[in-house]
Amino acid sequence: MRTLEQTTQEVLDLATKHFQLPAGSLAPEDDFFKKLGIDSLQTLELLSRLENHFAIELPDYEVQGVSDFKTLAERIQSRL
Amino acid sequence: MKSFTGKTLRWEWREGVIELTLNHEPANEIGTAMLDELEQFVAAFPSLSPESSACIITSNKRRGFSAGADLRELYARALPLTEKERVSGVRQFLKRVHAVLNAIDEAPFVAIAAVHGVCFGGGFELALACDIIVADQMARFAFPELRLGLIPGFGGIPRLKRDAGNGFVRDLLLTGRSVNAARAQVAGLVAQLTSEGEVLRAARSAASQITKFDSVARVAAKKFIKPIPHEELRREIDLFCELFARPAVMAALKKFVEDAGPMPYLP
Repeated sequence: MRTLEQTTQEVLDLATKHFQLPAGSLAPEDDFFKKLGIDSLQTLELLSRLENHFAIELPDYEVQGVSDFKTLAERIQSRL
Repeated sequence: MKSFTGKTLRWEWREGVIELTLNHEPANEIGTAMLDELEQFVAAFPSLSPESSACIITSNKRRGFSAGADLRELYARALPLTEKERVSGVRQFLKRVHAVLNAIDEAPFVAIAAVHGVCFGGGFELALACDIIVADQMARFAFPELRLGLIPGFGGIPRLKRDAGNGFVRDLLLTGRSVNAARAQVAGLVAQLTSEGEVLRAARSAASQITKFDSVARVAAKKFIKPIPHEELRREIDLFCELFARPAVMAALKKFVEDAGPMPYLP
């Protein structure tokens, strides 16, 4: 089973790839709304990627109030 | 009319298959403009149907199939009206939408929804009126209406109950959460799943297969396997209008419309 650190890194890698950013652009504490300038529909796109990658379901109400990658990874970890 | 290009959609008939493409910025919100053109589409069924085995409904908007009802238009139109006028206006709109979706649901050809991206609210209801939903792995489905103090009003609950187990229906409706296409397939809503960007190709492949079959048998099979829940659909309109009459709904619509933040489509 993945550790939280592994999950966090995979979340960062997926978000980097999905939003076509240079490698290493994102950090766990980054606020993804401010850093990426994304809206809720783009957040749902990322959610789909993450769900497909981790083979989980993450209800979008669990993402409410979450704005950094580290907390997002914790939510995902709880569903693994 | 074998082809039509309007402001919000276009359709084209080719080799026994009609392809309806939703094309309304930003995410195919269903308001009066799209409803007008959907009514034109179903008005063309008597001339299209005799030579059509299948109809694909798809979107060319990057964001997805449809984000649902045009809430900004609904709020703008409702704001200057009295409560009685609002409810009457909404009832008339719903009756028109139901007439369109019932026509698609009952059409003698097989309707295939080719879904990518967001398929929420009224958009989800349009997909559910179809016979087959093909979705790519990035599609998401939701009934977020409870967030506005409403229920789905375009026939969503009766049609969702046709396809999915009641427990799943309750989860979607009562939490307002969105589910991905893989989950929707497990629940029985999505018939075929494709990789990203492949949904139209898959829908065309299914449509081409359908054109090979005897039309009388096809029409009989569709009627037999998919009853239309007319009574429940009528009751849904009544319940929606009762809920819509409450001030809390206008307050929720105002909040959605005025939300400049990144979160309006998140619960």
